[in-house]
Amino acid sequence: MSLFLIVLLPFAGALLPGLLIRAGRNVCAATTGAVTATALLGLIVNAPAVMRGQSLTARLDWLPALGLNANFHLDGLGLLFAGLILGIGLLIILYARFYLSREDPMGRFYTFLLLFQGAMVGIVLSDNILLLLVFWELTSLSSFLLIGYWSHLPESRQGARMALTVTGTGGLAMIAGMLILGNLADSYDLSVILTRKETIQASSLYPLALVLILAGCFTKSAQFPFHFWLPHAMAAPTPVSAYLHSATMVKAGLFLMARLWPVLSGTPEWFYIVATTGLVTMVLGALIALFKDDLKALLAFSTVSHLGLITMLLGFGTKGAAVAAVFHIINHASFKAALFMTAGIIDHETHTRDAQRLGGLRRLMPVTFAIATITALSMAGLPFLNGFLSKEMMLEEAAHTAWLGNPWLVPALATAGALLSVAYSLRYLVHVFLGPERDDYPTRPHDPGFGMWAAPALLVVPVIVIGIYPAVAEALVNTTATAVIGQDPHVHLKIWHGLTPALFLSVVAVAGGALLLSVQRPLARLWDSTPRPEAKTMFDAAIAGLAGLGNRVTDGLHNGAITRYAAIFMVTVVAVGWHAYGGGALGAETRALSQISPVAWIGWAVLVIATLGLIRYHRNRLRALVLMGVIGLIVSISFNYLSAPDLALTQLSVEVVTIILLLLALNFLPEITPPETPPLRRMRDMTIAAAAGLGAGGLIYLLMTRDFVFGTISDFHLTRSYKGGGGDNVVNVILVDFRGYDTFGEITVLGIAAIVIYAVTEALLDSPVRRRLLHRQPGHALAGDAHPMMMVIGTRVLMPIALMVAAYIFLRGHNQPGGGFIAGLVASIALVMQYMASGFAWASERQRYPYHGIIAAGVLLATATGVGSWLADRPFLTSNFGYFRIPPLKEFELATAMGFDAGVFLVVVGAVMLALESISRMARRQDNEVSPYPMDIDPARETTPAKET
Amino acid sequence: MNHWLIVPVVLPATLAALTVLMFRHHLFLQRVFSTTGTAALFLISLGLMVRAGGGAVEVYELGNWPAPFGIVLVLDRLAAIMLVLTTLLALMTQLYAIGSGWDARGKHFHALYQFQLMGILGAFLTGDAFNLFVFFEVLLIASYGLMIHGGGARRLRAGTQYVIYNLLGSTLFLFALGTLYAVTGTLNMADLAVRVAELGPDHSALIRVAAVMLLLVFCVKAALLPLHFWLPESYANAPAPVASLFAIMTKVGAYSIIRVYTLVFPPSLPATADSFGVWLLPAALLTLIFGTIGILGAHRLTRLVAFAAIASMGTLLTAISLFTEQAMTAALYYTLHSTFATAALFVIADLVRAGRRDADDLITPAPAPPARNGLLAALFFAAAIAMTGMPPLSGFAGKLLVLDAARAALAMGPIWAAVLISSLVAIIGFARAGSTVFWKTHPPDPNPAPDEGPPRTPGALALVTGCALIAPLILLSVFAGPVTGYLADTSAQLYAPQGYISAVLHTPGVAE
Repeated sequence: MSLFLIVLLPFAGALLPGLLIRAGRNVCAATTGAVTATALLGLIVNAPAVMRGQSLTARLDWLPALGLNANFHLDGLGLLFAGLILGIGLLIILYARFYLSREDPMGRFYTFLLLFQGAMVGIVLSDNILLLLVFWELTSLSSFLLIGYWSHLPESRQGARMALTVTGTGGLAMIAGMLILGNLADSYDLSVILTRKETIQASSLYPLALVLILAGCFTKSAQFPFHFWLPHAMAAPTPVSAYLHSATMVKAGLFLMARLWPVLSGTPEWFYIVATTGLVTMVLGALIALFKDDLKALLAFSTVSHLGLITMLLGFGTKGAAVAAVFHIINHASFKAALFMTAGIIDHETHTRDAQRLGGLRRLMPVTFAIATITALSMAGLPFLNGFLSKEMMLEEAAHTAWLGNPWLVPALATAGALLSVAYSLRYLVHVFLGPERDDYPTRPHDPGFGMWAAPALLVVPVIVIGIYPAVAEALVNTTATAVIGQDPHVHLKIWHGLTPALFLSVVAVAGGALLLSVQRPLARLWDSTPRPEAKTMFDAAIAGLAGLGNRVTDGLHNGAITRYAAIFMVTVVAVGWHAYGGGALGAETRALSQISPVAWIGWAVLVIATLGLIRYHRNRLRALVLMGVIGLIVSISFNYLSAPDLALTQLSVEVVTIILLLLALNFLPEITPPETPPLRRMRDMTIAAAAGLGAGGLIYLLMTRDFVFGTISDFHLTRSYKGGGGDNVVNVILVDFRGYDTFGEITVLGIAAIVIYAVTEALLDSPVRRRLLHRQPGHALAGDAHPMMMVIGTRVLMPIALMVAAYIFLRGHNQPGGGFIAGLVASIALVMQYMASGFAWASERQRYPYHGIIAAGVLLATATGVGSWLADRPFLTSNFGYFRIPPLKEFELATAMGFDAGVFLVVVGAVMLALESISRMARRQDNEVSPYPMDIDPARETTPAKET
Repeated sequence: MNHWLIVPVVLPATLAALTVLMFRHHLFLQRVFSTTGTAALFLISLGLMVRAGGGAVEVYELGNWPAPFGIVLVLDRLAAIMLVLTTLLALMTQLYAIGSGWDARGKHFHALYQFQLMGILGAFLTGDAFNLFVFFEVLLIASYGLMIHGGGARRLRAGTQYVIYNLLGSTLFLFALGTLYAVTGTLNMADLAVRVAELGPDHSALIRVAAVMLLLVFCVKAALLPLHFWLPESYANAPAPVASLFAIMTKVGAYSIIRVYTLVFPPSLPATADSFGVWLLPAALLTLIFGTIGILGAHRLTRLVAFAAIASMGTLLTAISLFTEQAMTAALYYTLHSTFATAALFVIADLVRAGRRDADDLITPAPAPPARNGLLAALFFAAAIAMTGMPPLSGFAGKLLVLDAARAALAMGPIWAAVLISSLVAIIGFARAGSTVFWKTHPPDPNPAPDEGPPRTPGALALVTGCALIAPLILLSVFAGPVTGYLADTSAQLYAPQGYISAVLHTPGVAE
């Protein structure tokens, strides 16, 4: 079967259990099993070739730019691990079917399990280290889901997060390590990397890459000081513990160390980091395991210890040690998975896994007892069981290893580890199964059904067979070891090696272990009373501290004060601008300063005084508005003074409209802005504002005293305006023709703004804000005459005149100052005056076209004019014009740009009026008294009008 | 004459205007026309991407005036990619707006939506610096309208901050353009590129100021620290489909940086060489770090996503600020990825909120919604995986590409450390939030208070779009090879701007 298919099958099949759970739990479990079995079958089909020494590959380019490709290969090491993953997986699926209760969502469980399985198979078959990283992280993610499976339990959630955090940290470190490694080897393909040992180890980056990669391995394989997550992961259902945390996932780190052994090992760095970590982990894990009462915790720490053992062996860097490591991986997987399952059975049948509450189960649960005895003794390393063989090999290797020139340290500690291992293994038997039967079990224990003990029982078979007749495992060990050390070690596995130092150490360990167990209880009391750093507390405190810090930092920084945001913005702009300015060269001034006329002086003085006044009186909103009007006026005048009549006209009309709209808005605001900031902060803001102002002024001064470096594009506009655009007024031709597209955008902005104003007020109409506004008591008495006669009559007279002016300005725009924009503003002013004079209700009753429509019609008209040029096969907004003569009129010009300008006109009128209408609506009440008359007091009327509604 | 280039601007403008004019009271018609229009835009964008794929730069001279005197639209690979990205996202978020009923909660949603699209697409297509400003305004004002759609005190308040802050940016934009014009006398970007390159050393001070101010404007849009302050509140409080669409808004800033700082002020330009490189990369890294801290510190899902968006902009800007061809490919890939990841998360946060009644989107334990908690959890899980850069979704490839591109950089150590450590913190943050919201549930109250109706359950369309937003993240990962291939061509085109310049300046002008 193709390697792709083997990896893909679990992923593809992961959807099935989630769906098929609807057909029942048996169907669900059977399907999951079938998926795994198929993948296993596919693997087995390839096994003979691998055992013959071939290695299979399958390659597919995925992200060649990066070197991340879907390359898989299968050699001895991959075969062993994939076999373990799929084989034990099959047993776990069987076990879980009976372990999970009816309430547990089994479909989800199997889905997660298959995802995990696929990720694991992916790791061990990857030939590309980046691809390996993908699967590596996937195992972290899927194990997060599996540990958190009982998500209603806090320890599940916490355990899941802790596992994800720790293994995730390692994974990220490993990303960096792998990227460096790939760079050193000039390829991310393992098959290439494995041939580049010299290059890699010669590089100065080797230690860094090594440390980063090992960080990934150590976290995954729960090596000291990252071992603390594993016991907390035991909150997962037992099948998960048995699968992930004994047989497969925690071995991923070992796998990777074995995989990269040919290139990374053999250096002092490797030896001291890996072997030492392994050694420490082995002893420490075993020591803690001895004192754990929770059976799963005991097994978890024993796993930590055994993983340390294997790590240590790999760290020795010798071929013999590597072979021993491989062999122990096989053995550990078999006995530990079975042990976990027995712990699960005990938990399942007695409803406790606390060793203190158990004991005497051997008669009540004989089958479980048998399985547990064989596997635990194997774990202890007693003869005729597989654990014995690899432990002997380990002790043999340890006996020859010196640490910093000290020849007895490693053997002594290794023996201590083995001794502790014997002690806790025996404890698992003695404290749970032996001793008197109790009468206070939470439920009456009995052996489970066949389905539940079948899986561990099957695992006992290799434990015994290899233990008695080790030669059966020879082929597998040799093939696997070949993949690790690069040559066939031709190892012969036997029980009896003669009277070796290892045997002596082994005897010491067994005897010592048994002795230690007899004093376990008093030691445990001592252990419990000694203060120890508690990893979980530290971890939780670290995370909570980090989250709290994050919260304080973000909430403190983003406190919603726009003044602060603006201050930071200004400071940044000024600082960065200053830095940029300082790094460049500035040429000499090329323009002489012109004489300042008295008019300019006066204008300048008024502007400055008005601005200072605005700063002084800005808390009084009305006064501020008046002063803003003054400033606007001066700006308009200065435009005119500087020969920009179009701008002046526009600015003037914009000022009028803006001030009117602002006046309307003031109606809803308090008259005075209360000070909100302390004086010190106001000083700060003042300084910043002054710096920004000086910066802007300085920049403008520098620009105005220098000529353009190149000829500007306006020369083109000046020369083509009449000939190409049909207008003498270049400003208008630029607006409607040269850069009509900009105008098209800007009128859209205007239209949108009006629509937004409408939408906002619409949203406010039903809000409590509006109710509050309406019931607000005005600060002072209102004028009794809301619609004075003088104003009504005046505006009526002005209206046709203003409209005429608008029409005039519109028509002459192409050649004289004017155009659609200004005309639109003037026309709006004419209309606004009517609203002001006779009130909103009266005026809008006489208004037939909705302002929305006017805006939209304007945009459409502008667009249509632009699109019209497509008919002539010219680009959008291409203009055309001609001169016509209809007697008795003089010759006149017609330009398509007029259509566009008319669009501008409509949008401006519509936008201004819609804004006005929206703001007015805020002030209207349902019960508002609307006068049918244009003015409140009218001498022509007989009586004072009866108020109608 | 090929008019397809202008259609992405004209079509939404027309549709929006028609909507306002003819059926502003008919939600159904609005939905039909607006969705059809967006779908059409997507197809047109695809067509344009195929055209641009050949490597030719197409120019559309508005008003038939030649560059640099008139305004031109320019279609190259980069513009085409951004068009496709925007329209695809827009189509999905629009369907979500319809499916979740968000579009009915206020006035003029669809008109504003189309105007918004017009602004974004126009900004991607224009070849003129001032016109870019105009379309920034279009998209800003439309986005403001969309942001406060539906009203509510918190939203209006956030909207005010949003628009004020961005108006500050617009003002700075005008200053930058004024300076640029005062020195070079032109506004066309290709012409600017030519003139800026020819500028003597005597004029470097002012052109540097212009370059930096312009960059700051784009950084405001791209939410670079410390100019990001407008983002968290507004994104967290915007209506979900709008927040989702806004995933593209920060990318407009990123796009503009890429466009202007490969074309007009390329890193090889001596005058501006050391004026922004020194601070852009550190600021990008800070953005990444602070965004991530925000993920961890967030109390609300939407705020968490908003900070995740900032963090992803940090990564993106880190890649951009390396200014190499390889890093640009990474940046473009990350752009595609982070847009969809952010958008998906906002939609998912909204779906969660819909079922949680009082708990809203607070990251606190709450009664599990009666239905679909599992599906939502799965969606959140997937989107979080993408956002934190875990495999197998596109975030992982994106992260690797960025790390790989940073290899040659002087600051490789800090970049790697920042990217990897912030990934970890983001993982912790998302895991905490996800496990609290989806796992730490208590059973629903058997006797709900009488005034509470049943929790809103999102409709099928809303759920389907939630799922659909994950699809691009999967596809980007699966087809990472071809995608990066196209993107590598794109950055090659960006780093050989001669083709762009000559296409713009040498296209024959007016047929006079």
